[in-house]
Formats: sequence, C-alpha cells, structure tokens
Amino acid sequence: MNESVSPLGKDLIGLEHLSSEQILSILDTAEPFKEISERRIKKVPVLRGKTIVNLFFEASTRTRVSFEFAEKRLSADTVNISSSGSSVVKGETLVDTARNLEAMRIDMVVMRHGSSGAARFLAERIPSSVINAGDGQHEHPTQGLLDLLTIRDHRGPIAGLKVCIVGDVLHSRVARSNIFGLLKLGAEVAVCGPPTLLPVGIAELGVKVIARVEEAVEWADVLNVLRLQLERMHGGYVPSLREYNRIWGVSRARLDAVKKDVLVLHPGPMNRGVEIDSDVADGPHSVILNQVTNGVAVRMAVLYLLAGGQPERAEAAKQGGDS
Amino acid sequence: MSEDNRIHVMDEADVRRVISRMAREIVERNGGTDALVLMGIHRRGTQIGALLRAEIERAEGVRVAWGSLDITMYRDDLAIGPLPVVGASELPGGGIDGMNIVIVDDVLFTGRTTRAALNELTDWGRPGRIYLCVLVDRGGRELPIQPDIVGREIQVLPNQRVEVLVPEIDGRLGVEIINLAPEGT
Repeated sequence: MNESVSPLGKDLIGLEHLSSEQILSILDTAEPFKEISERRIKKVPVLRGKTIVNLFFEASTRTRVSFEFAEKRLSADTVNISSSGSSVVKGETLVDTARNLEAMRIDMVVMRHGSSGAARFLAERIPSSVINAGDGQHEHPTQGLLDLLTIRDHRGPIAGLKVCIVGDVLHSRVARSNIFGLLKLGAEVAVCGPPTLLPVGIAELGVKVIARVEEAVEWADVLNVLRLQLERMHGGYVPSLREYNRIWGVSRARLDAVKKDVLVLHPGPMNRGVEIDSDVADGPHSVILNQVTNGVAVRMAVLYLLAGGQPERAEAAKQGGDS
Repeated sequence: MSEDNRIHVMDEADVRRVISRMAREIVERNGGTDALVLMGIHRRGTQIGALLRAEIERAEGVRVAWGSLDITMYRDDLAIGPLPVVGASELPGGGIDGMNIVIVDDVLFTGRTTRAALNELTDWGRPGRIYLCVLVDRGGRELPIQPDIVGREIQVLPNQRVEVLVPEIDGRLGVEIINLAPEGT
C-alpha cells in the first residue's frame, strides 16, 4: 500500500469542507486534462490498475456517463451498479453492499444516493475513496466544481463576480455546492426563486436573496438556472408550470432587457419552457454544453488527486532525478 | 542550498556553442529540415528545445515546427507517489503523423522520462521517426534507451545531481553539478 496522502484527503464529499486552495488546485489540475478528450486516442495511463465502482441509487445520465468517461480515459477499470437490477432491491443495506464490493478489492466508489449524508456515511465505513456524485439535497461537489471551471473559463477569476442561482434552490444539492464553492473563491452569491422553493434561513449561508428574476438578471454577471425538480415535489410548491415559466423563467426577453452579457449555466437535465426557454438554452449566452465538456475534465482531476500524492511535493519529486 | 555545494560545469558561452553544434547535427541527421518537429519535455527541455529551434531557423532560414511534452500522466511512479502537478502538452499544428520528431530534454539519466515521452507520442499518432536529443547525458540508465544527439557527457557520483539552468526559470544559462546530502540519495 502506498502511504502518500491525497491533497484532498481520502474522499470528496462536498465543497463545504474544502479550502479555497484545494478548490483552486482541482480547477488548475482540470486544465491539462481537458486536452486528453480532444485527442484521437483519448486515454492516458494515470489510473492503470485501479478499480472504481460507480454506485448509482438514483437515475442519472450525465453524471454517470461523465464519471465513466473520466475513469476510462484515465485507464481505470470500472463497474457500474444501479439500484434497479442489483441486490439493493432485495433489501441489502448500503454498508453491506459497499463491504461486499470492498471484499472484491476496489480502490474508489463514486456514489449517488437519495439520502443527504449517504456519501459521508459510506466514507466513514470503508477504506476506499468515496466520491459523492450527489447525495439527497446535500451536495453534488463535482457539479459545483465544473460550474466554477466553466465560469472561470468564460469570465476569468471567480473572485468579485456576481453569481445568481435561480429557481428550485430548496431541492438542489447543486445550489449548495455552488454556494459553498463560489463564496470560498470570493464571488458574491444571490439566490432567486419562489419563496416556497427557497430554504428557510438561506441568507445565513452568506447569500443575498433577490425577489424577482428581472432584478437577478440586472444584478448578476452569471446566472445558474436550476431545474425544477418535479420528481421531488409532492404538491403545493408552484401553482403550475406555465405560471412558473411566466414569473421565474429565464427568457430571451429578460436577458435582452439588460445591456450587459450575462452568462447562463444550467446543470441539466433541462425542462425547456419551464425554468429556461429554448432560445436561451441554445442561444449565445448559454455555456450549458461547455459545462458538460468541463465535467469530464473536472472529474478526471478529482480522480487523479484522490488517487494519492501531494502537489506541493511535485517539484521535489521532479528533482528526484528520473530524467 | 549553499553555493559551495555547486560545481560549475558549463557557462552560457559553453552551452551556446554546444547548442549550435547540436542544431547542425539535428539537421544533418534528418537530411535537412523537412518534416522536422522539435518537442521539448517540460520544463527545462522546452527551453533547450527553443534554443535549438532558434539556432536551426537562423542557420537554415526556415521555420521549424515545435511542440512540448508534459509526461506527468505517463510517469511510472504515479502509484507510489508523491503526486506531481499535471501540466499540458502542446501538439504541433500539423500533428505528428509521419513527422520526424526530435525529443529534447535537459538531462538524460535513468531514461524513464524518455520512455514516458515515447508512450505519449505514440498515443498522439505515428511519427515517421523519433530522435532523442539531450544537452547533458549523465549516465545511470535504468532502461535500454540511448540518445541520438548529446551536448555533453558528464560522469557524476550517485549523490550528485546535474542541473541545467535556463534563463526563463533560473535567470541564467549554464550547467552545474550539485552535491546532495548523503541521506538525500
């Protein structure tokens, strides 16, 4: 076993407990990994021989595929498990599932789970690295990181930027990871959405609350538009989708009403015509597909950094004389 | 590190003389500058590569294609740490298929960096030829790899390190030997 310590610790559970230096080190590490996906042979031998299990207890296309591409392009061996079609439906507990995987000698687990705190729960019980791919309404750290990387790509350093998160903040782990990451890197953060979809006490995190979407567009350099999480809503949050779109939807008319060039992000999957209009999603303000491309690079960086080592000792290692 | 640990080997004039001889050798070996691409290995190999390229361009009156290699992702010691910072490689504009690539590094020692560079190049395409060109060969190979063009062969003890100094990083051009503390070897 190697004794080297990852600069991120054993796991990546959320951005709440990372330092700004750690977040920046992930973003900086992601830069060179972008180029690998542009090559003809999209593979480097960085994680050769490592075994990674993608354990998805909730539906996911983008995140699961993005992790899988990241793992495969780093030459790791991967296994995908989704709750349907696994022993989970037979009533096996999370820890038992993980311990059985562990008994087959794995190195990392990437997990998505419906319960907030599931990632930390697992991380404390198994020796493998755990990467949180979304746990309930808690955090989705790699989404937060890819949003930061995309904003930085298009608007320069995060510090001083005004970023407004629009929509269903209540159900959103993406919003929480974004808020923690953006505040740590020195951005001003606001949230905007129907009061029924804003968590009570959200201002205590250090964010501003903006009452109307028109004001949000006026104030912000960047809008991160959240998906209305219809599957988590059991009535009473919004009167109707049409009314939601009319009052809270990010439309071309609302963007055109301000002089400046607002950057529009959306974590996907989009409800077109609900929280975001098609002519915005496909328009010049949108960097939604850049987010998807960056997602693979950010996940490669996280996998690389969790696999061991310490960047600050890199120079010493380079001088170790293996020219 | 105190100055008396450093043994001066080559100064700027020495390095420049060697560079112009190596530049001529590269052109001679390649039978001209057709399909020639100089690719320096990060970090100091890139600087030496730039000097060679400037010299070839001056002598031959042509533009020479170039690129750079960051071999971090191809290291054979990633699993045994510590983890190095990953840098970006730069591919020449025309790609590398069928090109005659000159890998340029500052110091050739174990040969492991060269092995990594060869693997990275073959992942990018199929060069016509690959040459290895180093400013200093200090011996001590651990792999069956030999340079095609060498600036200077220097015999050093196991507890000594050869350091190539370049203006962009070190403020001056030169080659020095450093005596490492015995426990550092």
